[in-house]
Amino acid sequence: MGTLTGRQKHTLWRIVLSALLLILARLLPQQPFSLLYYLVPYAVIGWDVLWGALGNILRGQVFDEHFLMALATIGALFTGEYAEAVFVMLFYQVGELFQSYAVGKSRRSIAALMDIRPEWANVEVSEGEWHQTDPEEVPVGACIVVKPGERVPLDGIVVEGASTLDTAALTGESAPRRAAVGDSVLSGCINQTGLLRLKVTRPYEESTVARILDLVEHASEKKSRSERFITRFARYYTPCVVAAAAALFAVPALLLALLPGEALPGFLAGTLWSDWLHRALIFLVISCPCALVISVPLSFFGGIGGAGRCGILVKGGNDLEALAHAETVVFDKTGTLTRGTFAVAAVHPAGEHLTPEALLEMAALAEQWSNHPIAHSLQAACPRPLDPGRVEQVQELAGHGVCALVDGRKVCVGNRRLMEEQNVTVPPCTLPGTLVYVTAEGRYAGYIVISDQLKPDAGEAIAQLKKLGIQRVVMLTGDSEEAAAATARQLLVDEYHAQLLPADKVALTEELLARKSAKGKVVFVGDGINDAPVLTRADIGIAMGVLGSDAAIEAADVVLMDDQPAKIGVAVGIARKTARIVRQNICFALGVKGIVLVLGALGSASMWAAVFADVGVAVLAILNAMRALHVPSDAAR
Amino acid sequence: MKKRFQMKDLECANCAAKMEAAICKLEGVHSATMSFMTQKLTIDADESQFDAIMDQVEAICRKIEPHCTVKR
Repeated sequence: MGTLTGRQKHTLWRIVLSALLLILARLLPQQPFSLLYYLVPYAVIGWDVLWGALGNILRGQVFDEHFLMALATIGALFTGEYAEAVFVMLFYQVGELFQSYAVGKSRRSIAALMDIRPEWANVEVSEGEWHQTDPEEVPVGACIVVKPGERVPLDGIVVEGASTLDTAALTGESAPRRAAVGDSVLSGCINQTGLLRLKVTRPYEESTVARILDLVEHASEKKSRSERFITRFARYYTPCVVAAAAALFAVPALLLALLPGEALPGFLAGTLWSDWLHRALIFLVISCPCALVISVPLSFFGGIGGAGRCGILVKGGNDLEALAHAETVVFDKTGTLTRGTFAVAAVHPAGEHLTPEALLEMAALAEQWSNHPIAHSLQAACPRPLDPGRVEQVQELAGHGVCALVDGRKVCVGNRRLMEEQNVTVPPCTLPGTLVYVTAEGRYAGYIVISDQLKPDAGEAIAQLKKLGIQRVVMLTGDSEEAAAATARQLLVDEYHAQLLPADKVALTEELLARKSAKGKVVFVGDGINDAPVLTRADIGIAMGVLGSDAAIEAADVVLMDDQPAKIGVAVGIARKTARIVRQNICFALGVKGIVLVLGALGSASMWAAVFADVGVAVLAILNAMRALHVPSDAAR
Repeated sequence: MKKRFQMKDLECANCAAKMEAAICKLEGVHSATMSFMTQKLTIDADESQFDAIMDQVEAICRKIEPHCTVKR
């Protein structure tokens, strides 16, 4: 218990002292003045509660828990239940202490989890000389030095040196990642072995670290439906129970006073007004809703923290809650299920007059400025460096391809749809992969086959989702029917749709949203810029990590820091576990409170049972909620 | 205008919920969330009235939890 704050330690001492005094009071011979023995431990443990209650009455806050506790215990003292009064107060303080300890602990463990904020950056001033600067003040393009053991402060590209990086804080991945000249490095990683010189590519506010911290800090603002329900419930619960307590005392007391003994109804016969007061006090002890109110956000907070440890950033409690009800999972193919690194597999020029190299070079030149993975692979396949001066008037047609003037000739590079639009007939092709057609001056010039590789864990990811009971796994892609069919067969997805434009993806998602059951949720997993509208439209949008686009991360509800599709199953698992814990807590707390209320009204529950229903339930609910933070370590792989 | 504040000594979850409900009802406040777990208050309110609103917010917090303060 070395992590208690001063205030908590103080309370702990008071609890111990008061407990000892209570035992002493029980051991002393009972006599008419024994109330005094009990008032000492009562004052030790309860003075601040009484004082707080008094202040609250003066400020007009009646349904405050201090007030309720004060009322219940003073009432118990009046009915002669001295030991019970002290015990109730004692237990109340134990519960409060435990609660504040548990909340503090889970706050700290999440803070430690997200302790990725860099403190300084070594900015190079001249060769071999640098000084420590606040990362926020380092401009883009500056050269920084990251020594072994230091945290990479800003996103950048390695200009000198080679090392391995520990990315566990970002991705949950424990295997170190290599970094060499030309590699981009993310802030938040820890440099393990060698000295790295980086050129800063983004200012601190836009860096990976700043974005993650921002997401995490905002996570508790988006409250879950369960949390809203429980706070609303609490708002009515306390006044109702207090009113019931008042009625439980006042009505029988009045009847007992007014009616003659033989006219009393059965349940009143043989009871005294003080019995009813005692029962009413039991109600007051149970009327505090704090256990419920705290256990729900604590569970979600823990669940979000546990997910964060696996490199899964959930933007809010509501998103985690929705994820637990995932029914349909829709994957974008490229970059999500596949690596998104295309390689040219075949080049087929249309006639004799064009060599494969010339066709490839023409296509690569036209795609020169495009960021699409296909463009990168075309460029990578060209043996000679490309001269950007040969390209003019580049026009990107989203979902179709690119048109540009290459060496003064109009060249279009794109999919079958682009060809159809230009009224160019193309020969059929059965090769698996993505077909890129090329036209020159409006005439068909040939096609290039580009194939993509599946991610190693794509099959496992889908099998895992099926095992979790996800009803339908759908794959959407802008790719050709052939390429999509081949992937779909390999991965055993239930349904696929090929040759889609971004707008088609939105339309199909809407259709899936309409088809799902009332409580089920549609999850969309994607990474590209084109996915942002779908990410927003789906119940839950999952963006594939830091490698995805900023727009997609902005639009998504869940961000996977690495790009392993298998993490989706992990995320659903964590969401379900959290939802289960929340449900258990709500049912358990309401159930126990309900039973004790009924038994209390009937006169068969003691003050001890009431204390258990209040503090005991709070402690158990909090312990249960803290389970949400623990993620099986193999899930983090 | 949206602003976030760190709360100090916010000790009871139910009180945090009560404060949130009361702050949301203030005039000029579009939305407010009080996170007990992160001890943060996020207020989206009219810029012109912001300071006056924050004075009211402080009064509400003091009323519900006397030793609780908003760091401004």
